[in-house]
Amino acid sequence: MNFIWAFIILIGILVATLTGKLNVTNEVILGDAQEAIVFAISLTGIMSVWLGLMNIAKKSGLIKSFGNLMKPLTKLLFPTVPPNHPALSAIIMNMVANMMGAGNSATALGLKAMEDLQSLNKNKRVASDAMCMFLVINMSSIQLIPLTVLKLRKDAGSIFPEEIIITSIIATAISTIVGILVCKVFEGRESY
Amino acid sequence: MKVLAMISIMAIPFIMTTIILHGLIKGINIYETFIEGAKEGFTTAIKIMPYLVAIFLAIGILRRSGGLNYLTSLLSPITKPLGIPPEVLPLALMRPFSGSGSLGILKDIITTYGPDSFVGRVASTMMGSAETIFFTMAVYFGAVGIQKSRHTVVAALLSHLAAVLASVLICRIILF
Repeated sequence: MNFIWAFIILIGILVATLTGKLNVTNEVILGDAQEAIVFAISLTGIMSVWLGLMNIAKKSGLIKSFGNLMKPLTKLLFPTVPPNHPALSAIIMNMVANMMGAGNSATALGLKAMEDLQSLNKNKRVASDAMCMFLVINMSSIQLIPLTVLKLRKDAGSIFPEEIIITSIIATAISTIVGILVCKVFEGRESY
Repeated sequence: MKVLAMISIMAIPFIMTTIILHGLIKGINIYETFIEGAKEGFTTAIKIMPYLVAIFLAIGILRRSGGLNYLTSLLSPITKPLGIPPEVLPLALMRPFSGSGSLGILKDIITTYGPDSFVGRVASTMMGSAETIFFTMAVYFGAVGIQKSRHTVVAALLSHLAAVLASVLICRIILF
């Protein structure tokens, strides 16, 4: 992250200097930094809703039974996480919310999943195998109905805006499998 | 398609109802329990703020300086032999960085080439099948204080590359 962050900023400033648009840096500091805080605050509401609901589900035992149901899948993907651990329910719920296009709900549940995974993590500063797997699946999964894309296509006069739903689902399935396989290859290794 | 849309709309209310009913049946004080959990929402939001600022700053500078166009021209000799149409390259590159940024590019592509053109279809598929990588990583790892992400970046980028190539391939096979 260290290197990537520096790389992104330095490339940006370099190109801005070459093209004489150096004032964008100032604009970004003024505008985007504020946007980040606004986003975090707007996320607070939905975070609270899901953390509240998950707390109910945890106490009522729903998370446990749900975890049992998903055991075959989660055992394969997250062998280091004990079955029935709350992290697995948060992970599954995050995937569902992602597929349904509920982006902010998905983020809220995903952050809960990360906290639960962190409680199992031995070295708190280094990502665990389960964390890497979860994030990679999370970042390659999609919503079943990409509403904004459909709207864009419809507005541009497409004769069949929905035809890309099936292609997106296939492409996502492929990318998710690739992500999972790469994670599996790296699992258990310290660093490289 | 109607069925899929129905499922999308009903999923969240359904999950909520199930959780609340199950809590009631098991005799949980659901109101108190909800509040107790909801409190955590604020601590998490505050915890992720500095990470959000850092990533918004970096991506904002890259996006508005035109740095991405520069990267596109650097990469085009590699991507051309892979069969990726040069028109969708800016989208393929922007997608891992920014959701709103890539939506803007998709809009440009669709208006320029038409939504039902090959390029338009590939771009739409790509948009629907990939996710923002660096933002998600910064927020998720940041929230729990992870500093070493190990193989996450490599796996995510390879997965993204697979999504890009698959989008091109599938559109070529299925839609034509």
